[in-house]
Amino acid sequence: MTGKAAIVGIGATEFSKNSGRSELRLAIECITAALADAGIAPEEVNGLLTLTMDNNGVGSVARSLGIQSVSFFAEIPGGGGGGCGTVALAAAAIEAGLADVVVCYRAMNERSQERFGLPSATYGGGGLATSAAIDRSWHAPYGLSTPASTIGMTARRYMHEYGARSEDFGRVSVASRRHAATNPKAWFYGKPITLEDHQASRMIVDPLHLLDCCQESDGGVAIVVVSAERARASARASGSRSGVLIAGAAQGMGPEPVLMSNYYRDVITTTQETGIAARQLWQQSGLSAADIDVAILYDHFTPAVLMQLEALGFCGVGEAPDFIRDGAIEIDGRLPVNTHGGQLGEAYIHGFNGIAEAVRQLRGTAVNQVKDTRNVVVTSGSHVPTSALVLSRL
Amino acid sequence: MTDTVSPASSPDSAASSALSPSLSLPRSGRSFPAMNDDTAFFWEGTKAHQLLIQRCDSCGRLRHPPGPACPHCHSFEWNTVVAAGTGTLYSFVVQRHPTAPAFDGPAVIVLVELDEGVRVISNVAIDPDTLVIGERLEVGFIDQDEGFTVTEFHRPA
Repeated sequence: MTGKAAIVGIGATEFSKNSGRSELRLAIECITAALADAGIAPEEVNGLLTLTMDNNGVGSVARSLGIQSVSFFAEIPGGGGGGCGTVALAAAAIEAGLADVVVCYRAMNERSQERFGLPSATYGGGGLATSAAIDRSWHAPYGLSTPASTIGMTARRYMHEYGARSEDFGRVSVASRRHAATNPKAWFYGKPITLEDHQASRMIVDPLHLLDCCQESDGGVAIVVVSAERARASARASGSRSGVLIAGAAQGMGPEPVLMSNYYRDVITTTQETGIAARQLWQQSGLSAADIDVAILYDHFTPAVLMQLEALGFCGVGEAPDFIRDGAIEIDGRLPVNTHGGQLGEAYIHGFNGIAEAVRQLRGTAVNQVKDTRNVVVTSGSHVPTSALVLSRL
Repeated sequence: MTDTVSPASSPDSAASSALSPSLSLPRSGRSFPAMNDDTAFFWEGTKAHQLLIQRCDSCGRLRHPPGPACPHCHSFEWNTVVAAGTGTLYSFVVQRHPTAPAFDGPAVIVLVELDEGVRVISNVAIDPDTLVIGERLEVGFIDQDEGFTVTEFHRPA
């Protein structure tokens, strides 16, 4: 897992609130675009990866693409925690010789078809007693059944332990919306916000305001992974720098996981899962937080970005509010974060759009380009079994 | 133990009286909990208005949420203890939008650290603006029309 595979293609649909077409069509559109970006024919794909939450099975996708022979396929459990994990698994499969061209995809009508933020009276199961239904049953009867409420509980404790304030969360949102404002692909293009806007936005789950929560989106993003050797050969032939090295790729699951909550471990105000992934990233790549030029951090909810900055080692535990206070995570700051606008500003595609942004930053083609970007860290959802990547110039 | 809503929502409580209609704790419509052989004891306990915690027979450690084996010594042998029902507020949220299933208004959801050392999720019918992390709470029970019983927590009398 040390620099043997590369991302050579990225593709996406538009990001909207109502795509007006099937989720499978979104998947095929973004995959086709990613393969065109890579200069690889669909027939060459022999690996397919997505998340268990994706409604487009690998079989349906293979059939729609006309792929005749697939040698490697899998789904990473869950949703937001798995995006970087699909790329990690793709890199591992390529290194192991199980596949040559692997496509990772996530496509959904999350806003127009299935909204993850809506509480459901059947969330606790009541039917089949799966382990997930059992886990949810400790929370759901009490009304704790949305991602926002689950993370909100952790955020409140973080505020208590470290004196963090709602405004500290708000600065994450302000930075993302600043970046989205200059990204024509972002849903919130041309719509920056102020800290006052954040404070004035309605409470969703106290302590989280509306502007602490990521969007709900329709759309799809796909990533194409091949061997680093092939990517280098292709770069030599074309003279382009479209390939990006996967310098580190890892998953992480911490103690006593219960869905999105970690309420039952000793300390609940850190995201140990991100830390477990981070330690592997630094070990694999030989890099450290100090070497990172841009960070793409999973922003389902703003407090999670603070806790991920800490878990990755950009600052100490409880220090993120101070770390970001001077605008450090904005485009002209010390560590630009979510330069595409993140899921708060661009779109919520379970973080796959963030992986694409990392590739653009390393290619030098981002709309909010950070000069001389050499290494980018990307994380998937925090506070759940997660995953992360370090991408570098090929 | 009581099967009514918490004392804090009684009319003589100034803080909660303004909010009491929306802070009443539902007696029906809640998400029905899934149960299996490892967890059914907990819900049988609440029905009897007891808060039960799983205890490993081998090493004696308490655990919640319950499960089939001890994560410390890996024994499958376990029993239960009746919790004192007292603890401290560890964290809380107020589910405002959308409203939680069964709740007419804001749901005040609490994470309580029991004096025995484990944490549980529950509700309070207390004005959230007055809640202080670390404050003392004690358990009560609310029977549901659907035939199961949930906990609630309130300030000790």
